[in-house]
Amino acid sequence: MAGWKSLKDMTVLSKPLPRLDGPDKVAGQAKYTHDMHPKGLLYAGLLVSPHPAARVVKIDASKVRRLPGVKAVLTDVHPTGTVRYAGEEIAAVAATSPEVLEDALELFEVEYETLPFVADIDSAMQENAPRVFANRPNIRDPRVRGEGDVDAGFARADAVVEGEYRTQVQTHSTLETHGSMVYWEGDELVIYDSTQAVHGVREGVAKFLDMPVNKVRVVCKHMGAGFGSKLQPGRYTAIAARLAKETGAPVKLMLTRKQDFLGGGNRPNSISHVKLAATKDGKLTAFYAKTYGTAGIGTNAGIRLPFIYTIPNWKHEHYDVFTNAGPARAFRAPGCPQASFVMEQLMDELAEKLNMDPLEFRLKNDSNATRQKEWRLGAKKFGWQRRHKKPGADTGRYKRGMGLAASIWWPGGRGTKATMTIYPDGTLDVKCGTQDIGTGTRTYMAMVAAEELDIPMKRIRPMLGDSNFPKSGASGGSTTTPSVGPAIKNTSERAKTKLMDLAAQFLGVPATDLAWDSGTVYMKTNPVKKLTWDELCQLLGTETLEVHGQWVEGLSSRGVAGCQFAEVTVDTWTGQIQVNKIVAVADCGLILNRLTTESQVNGAILQGISYALLEERHMDPETGTMVNANYGDYKILGAKETPAIEVIFYDEPERGVIGIGEPPTIPTNAAIANAVYNATGVRMYELPMTPDRVLTALEAHQFAGKED
Amino acid sequence: MSKQNSSNKISRRSFLKGMGSGILSTATLTTGGLLSKEAAARILGPEGEAIRGRTTITLTVNGRAHRLAVEPRTTLLSALRDRLNLTGPKEGCDRGHCGACTVLMDGKAVLACMTLAVDARGKTITTVEGLAKGDELSPVQKAFVEKDGLMCGFCTPGLVVAATALLQENPNPTLDDIKEGLAGNLCRCGTYPKVFEAVQTAAKSMRKGG
Repeated sequence: MAGWKSLKDMTVLSKPLPRLDGPDKVAGQAKYTHDMHPKGLLYAGLLVSPHPAARVVKIDASKVRRLPGVKAVLTDVHPTGTVRYAGEEIAAVAATSPEVLEDALELFEVEYETLPFVADIDSAMQENAPRVFANRPNIRDPRVRGEGDVDAGFARADAVVEGEYRTQVQTHSTLETHGSMVYWEGDELVIYDSTQAVHGVREGVAKFLDMPVNKVRVVCKHMGAGFGSKLQPGRYTAIAARLAKETGAPVKLMLTRKQDFLGGGNRPNSISHVKLAATKDGKLTAFYAKTYGTAGIGTNAGIRLPFIYTIPNWKHEHYDVFTNAGPARAFRAPGCPQASFVMEQLMDELAEKLNMDPLEFRLKNDSNATRQKEWRLGAKKFGWQRRHKKPGADTGRYKRGMGLAASIWWPGGRGTKATMTIYPDGTLDVKCGTQDIGTGTRTYMAMVAAEELDIPMKRIRPMLGDSNFPKSGASGGSTTTPSVGPAIKNTSERAKTKLMDLAAQFLGVPATDLAWDSGTVYMKTNPVKKLTWDELCQLLGTETLEVHGQWVEGLSSRGVAGCQFAEVTVDTWTGQIQVNKIVAVADCGLILNRLTTESQVNGAILQGISYALLEERHMDPETGTMVNANYGDYKILGAKETPAIEVIFYDEPERGVIGIGEPPTIPTNAAIANAVYNATGVRMYELPMTPDRVLTALEAHQFAGKED
Repeated sequence: MSKQNSSNKISRRSFLKGMGSGILSTATLTTGGLLSKEAAARILGPEGEAIRGRTTITLTVNGRAHRLAVEPRTTLLSALRDRLNLTGPKEGCDRGHCGACTVLMDGKAVLACMTLAVDARGKTITTVEGLAKGDELSPVQKAFVEKDGLMCGFCTPGLVVAATALLQENPNPTLDDIKEGLAGNLCRCGTYPKVFEAVQTAAKSMRKGG
């Protein structure tokens, strides 16, 4: 199997090419699940529990059923009848119009027996707190990891820092909510789903409905983002399928914005009690962390400590805590933005204690060879030497500061299959059962085939987002590109081999006498004897050529480094943090499309800023429900908060394709927090760094200063 | 442990839509504590017919007049998407927070989810589908593609329309003008830097007459 061409020989790959679905998207022609509108469509909706903990005593849907335009009602959609978070599905209805649906949802009469609840982690951890699950304590058994002798490590240290850090619950809040449009063709179910995993949804829904997998087809040509919240099959899909079965009509069921906030997934919070130590020459000796996090009624609220650093002695005890809140789902680099907030600030605190520059301190403790180069490259581009040596050096209302933080991720490729169909007119289809979640998958599928076959992009139709296509995994974990890229390359190579066999037959020579160059097959010994791409394809006559290929070793690898630098201005009167600039150094091996890759890095950084400064799920302790379950009160970064971003790619094409969706969102919050400290001399121990928290911290600092 | 019933609550949607159209339902008026049930019924009829009824209106969208039946509470967004199958404008929040539903009404950017269909009678509506001339994308659309001012693309129709309105009002915007002009459009993928480039590129090409 041949490797990738060298960068200088590439004519299509690694160039900045506009995405192929761009014209459809800017013209409003790209159809999302939300836009599906077949004839006879019924509008379905869910009635969800307003209570965080309750038993459903009775559901009276008689008024709903009597409403003209209501076509089907389901009152058995909750699996147990015991509600554990506000937002769980209780009933569903399908109606002939959005207006009838709206009226119908108001006519359900549900009797609940409400139960005690714990809607936030602090109340859940109290002694005698109500239990989320009657038979299990809220605090789960710890997961303990580590190496070396922590006590000995602390004993031989010259400097120790410790503290408590907190990060918030963040919701994915994708612009297209979760949902499906489904219809039946006989006993076969067709699902249009806003998903990151067409194959996974097919298998999951088949299981929900107890039907054969091959009778379910899942389609997702365009979807309004996922960030990890759409990796799994949704109960709403199975509900829509039941409503469609009962009515014999297509049914669309999209969660409302509020329902999506409540149950559509989130990033767990974290509470970290941590301690880090080093010798006076700046070598880390020990780290200890005791952490808590809530994934609501779910699990896996872990935090990836000790992050990127090599520490000979460390121990991390983590406890998941159940709360009556929607279950967490994988969210862009699970466990990592939390870890960078904690670890990168601890590193800065320790550097200061050792009277060392934060960059120098990192270079001493970062064992990643790529990141060693990236730190230096980024520092130079950013102008790290302009940083105030003394925190809070600016006088007056506005204070500027600089900070940095590291990135890491472990993506890699995995089994993906693809098919290529070549037509006699020289056009071809590339099919793969992956998804384009806004990452440009469709575009680089065509780019890989164009590069390998040396034919124009416009001849190639990339096809994805259909479970009838060859299997590929979920688009998560930054694994899509390192999985799909090699599979398309492998399929293209096999197509080339088959076409060369055809040419050999036609020319009456062994295939070994032939060579491929610029989309043309020619005889090595007599290069005038050749067949162009069009002539080759014409040899197919009236047939098509079907070629199957798959992911193979050697074209991708795993593991990325990366680092970021932030410059901020803090308004010490209002507590407002303004991010002025982010410089990001990112590596992901061979970059397939420089334009869309840059977009992904930008987006990851902006989500990082949003996480750092704005986003937070607020649970009301009285009602146990999320009080800011809308885009007005749940703040997300917009155009005005977008700073200048400079992305520097550290190319490592020799490593093959890797993946970049997640890593650049990890360091941003910590680089900003460190910059805020550099600006003000005040450390922020809690996310998001909202003006109220900044002012409180500034005041506490000022007050402490006066007492000295 | 208490027993609670939840039903028949007035939704924000019907309340807002009632307020927006100047028509209120009996339930809205009484639940909101504005009027007694009797007074509300006297104004609206006992079943709130004034808001529940259907009416046929004409909407001029992308240069074509459409006759369609809507209810007084039907939003312009729902009329476009659910009646006319113009699904370019997206529903991201249904309460004017995200801008994904932005359309032009008499040349001005408006939020279709916060506009009632009946209030759009007699106005000229342009959706994102109406910006291209045949297969020829508008300068703003072309620049969004070229600069990659989109990722998942769900917010893109709203951003493209908002950018179009912005450039009509201010053909030579500064970066800050662009940020201000697009502040009502949420992009969860974080495409803003490329969107800013796209708007600057479009402005340049439009000034040249492109």
